[in-house]
Amino acid sequence: MHSVVCIKQVPDSAQIRVHPVTNTIMRQGVPTIINPYDLYAVEEALRVKDKVGGKVTVISMGPPMAEQALRKALSFGADRAILVTDRAFAGSDTLATSYVLASAIAKVAAEEPVDIVFCGKQTIDGDTAQVGPGIARRLDIQQLTYVAKLERLDLDKREIAVQRRAEGGVQVLSTKLPCMITMLEGSNEIRFATMDDMFRAARANVEVWGADTSGVEDKTQCGLKGSPTVVKKVFAPKPREEKAEMIESRDKAPAEIAASTIEVLAAADPALAAEFGPRPPAGA
Amino acid sequence: MSDAKPARRAPKGKTTELPEHLKAYKGVWVFIELERGRVHPVSWELMGEAGKLAEALNVEVGAVLIGPADGSVEAAAQEAFTYGADVAYLVKDPILTHYRTEPYTKALTDVVNAYKPEIMLLGATTLGRDLAGSVATTLKTGLTADCTGLAIDLESKTLASTRPTFGGTLLCTIHTVNARPQMSTVRPRVMSMPEAEPGRTGRIVEHPLDLMESAIITKVLDFIPDRDQNQAQLAYADIVVAGGRGLGGPENYRLVQELAEALGAEYGGSRPLVQKGWITADRQIGQTGKTIRPKLYIACGISGAIQHRVGVEGADRILAINSDPNAPIFDFAHHGIVGDALTLLPALTQAFRQQRSVDRLAS
Ligand SMILES: Cc1cc2nc3c(=O)[nH]c(=O)nc-3n(C[C@H](O)[C@H](O)[C@H](O)COP(=O)(O)OP(=O)(O)OC[C@H]3O[C@@H](n4cnc5c(N)ncnc54)[C@H](O)[C@@H]3O)c2cc1C
Ligand SMILES: Nc1ncnc2c1ncn2[C@@H]1O[C@H](COP(=O)(O)O)[C@@H](O)[C@H]1O
Repeated sequence: MHSVVCIKQVPDSAQIRVHPVTNTIMRQGVPTIINPYDLYAVEEALRVKDKVGGKVTVISMGPPMAEQALRKALSFGADRAILVTDRAFAGSDTLATSYVLASAIAKVAAEEPVDIVFCGKQTIDGDTAQVGPGIARRLDIQQLTYVAKLERLDLDKREIAVQRRAEGGVQVLSTKLPCMITMLEGSNEIRFATMDDMFRAARANVEVWGADTSGVEDKTQCGLKGSPTVVKKVFAPKPREEKAEMIESRDKAPAEIAASTIEVLAAADPALAAEFGPRPPAGA
Repeated sequence: MSDAKPARRAPKGKTTELPEHLKAYKGVWVFIELERGRVHPVSWELMGEAGKLAEALNVEVGAVLIGPADGSVEAAAQEAFTYGADVAYLVKDPILTHYRTEPYTKALTDVVNAYKPEIMLLGATTLGRDLAGSVATTLKTGLTADCTGLAIDLESKTLASTRPTFGGTLLCTIHTVNARPQMSTVRPRVMSMPEAEPGRTGRIVEHPLDLMESAIITKVLDFIPDRDQNQAQLAYADIVVAGGRGLGGPENYRLVQELAEALGAEYGGSRPLVQKGWITADRQIGQTGKTIRPKLYIACGISGAIQHRVGVEGADRILAINSDPNAPIFDFAHHGIVGDALTLLPALTQAFRQQRSVDRLAS
């Protein structure tokens, strides 16, 4: 059983700040983390390995410092880590990213067949949920997105059954290996890495693959060249002109404030007045 | 690396002139999401947008309907006409009874390749995102996820898709160059619901699926409907009451539920409440939760972070209760009360209950 997990290093975007004057992003000093959704993918792959044995390979495409994310995954128990990095990959949109990752996975698979490719549901910076399906299409393997649970794994029959979140319910699907699975948040909880694990991971080898060594056959499909989407403009959301109209609350009893709130809302919007019912007689 | 994406510009030397063979792509299409006989309302919301885009381009609006051969596809097509479709492309086959990536991808890519739309819109639902990612990769075209604004760039006549970036702190506008169709997904409730025009009709074009069940590897074993059907209702509720970290503790969330009950409203909360386990994930409101467009939104003890704001800005009216007069929520709420949510919530519940009973006495 061999799983590949695609993890991305992302800025901890809660802490991204926009420069108040120039309106540009201040990236300096923003800490990076493994995309939180990808941790569910790592954990699920490790659980499969715990259960049936085998191996977990983690792959990340990104700048050289994405190595940190891979080491972290190694500390949780991944066996092999590959950093796919090259200037030629910079500026890739989701179509180009999925091409590069799929090429690298195909190269891994040529050495050691891959049964499941795990991805996160989405990233918190790109936020597209497109790279997983993109990888599945390019490798021409079955695509199972928003998976909440692996129900059954039959290695002899090479079959898997999963619960997939769908609109208004859960689909139970069965398919054949190899397949690509994107894991839903909350589907499991990432294990702790002990100090020993971390030391081991710090010494472990992270393979670094460039444009010439990552299995990419057609460089025009990578980076800016391979990206049909182009960002024309980045801007800050427009603030609303007027601020909230404040309902007087100082030195007033809650019941009094509540009564004036209903009055204000009903006066502002007749449709709401109808929802609330008739206004009580004044002074009631 | 999609994180590099928002920062980059059209590269120099990259021609934005559309290759000759792609100029034949005409028309604005919406994928009509049909599951278990029901059209997801996001599809009609998108029809409203498609109408505006098509008008700017002076082209037709197309609706694509994929589903079983039980009449549901035809019924939905008639409805699509009332929402502005000029032509409906139908692919119907028993294989398409339940959503599966493989046959739906084939159906949609086949009609796109046959009839060549320049723009293709899908709802950013679990189904829409699964399908859009698969189809865009198959067609090797650009796909922009979770757009909050769609417009035609008048100079280039291309689709300008605006979406939040960097965790919602900024917006960016994305174009698809050198590839067609230009694909975008939009989350439910981001666009407003258009008026239907009863009696309006259009042309129907049927396209075969040309696939055997035995050739499809993934099988649907079961479908377990959600017990809590309110999941979907939060996005479509007329009144929503929500709580945030300002409530102090899980035991106080009940105050939000009680006010919601008095108003016949739905309830939800900010993300920290989901992380703390006070409420379930399907009740999270905001960028990574539900987008809502109620007539009235009451936010209690919520600071109004940008990620929360983008999910509620479509509300007709926002009432915020916060003990901090400088809380950012007062920058976009219509009405504000500076005060303690823990005492104001019961008072509001009481007042609304009274209102209702006056109503009953009067009738
Ligand atoms: C990638 C990303 C995605 C995110 N997605 C979402 C999302 O979808 N939805 C979302 O909500 N958040 C989201 N967040 C989190 C968001 O940035 C904020 O952290 C969150 O919305 C804050 O929640 P809050 O307002 O409940 O808590 P806080 O920011 O802690 O605010 C609590 C507020 O309560 C007030 N208060 C305190 N006591 C009282 C009292 N007794 N009565 C009245 N008011 C009181 C305080 O003045 C304060 O304003 C996301 C963040 C990231 C990084
Ligand atoms: N640069 C990357 N390197 C490795 N995996 C990635 C990368 N970008 C995206 N992924 C994977 O694809 C998933 C979806 O990403 P996205 O389409 O950006 O929302 C992520 O959760 C990751 O598992």
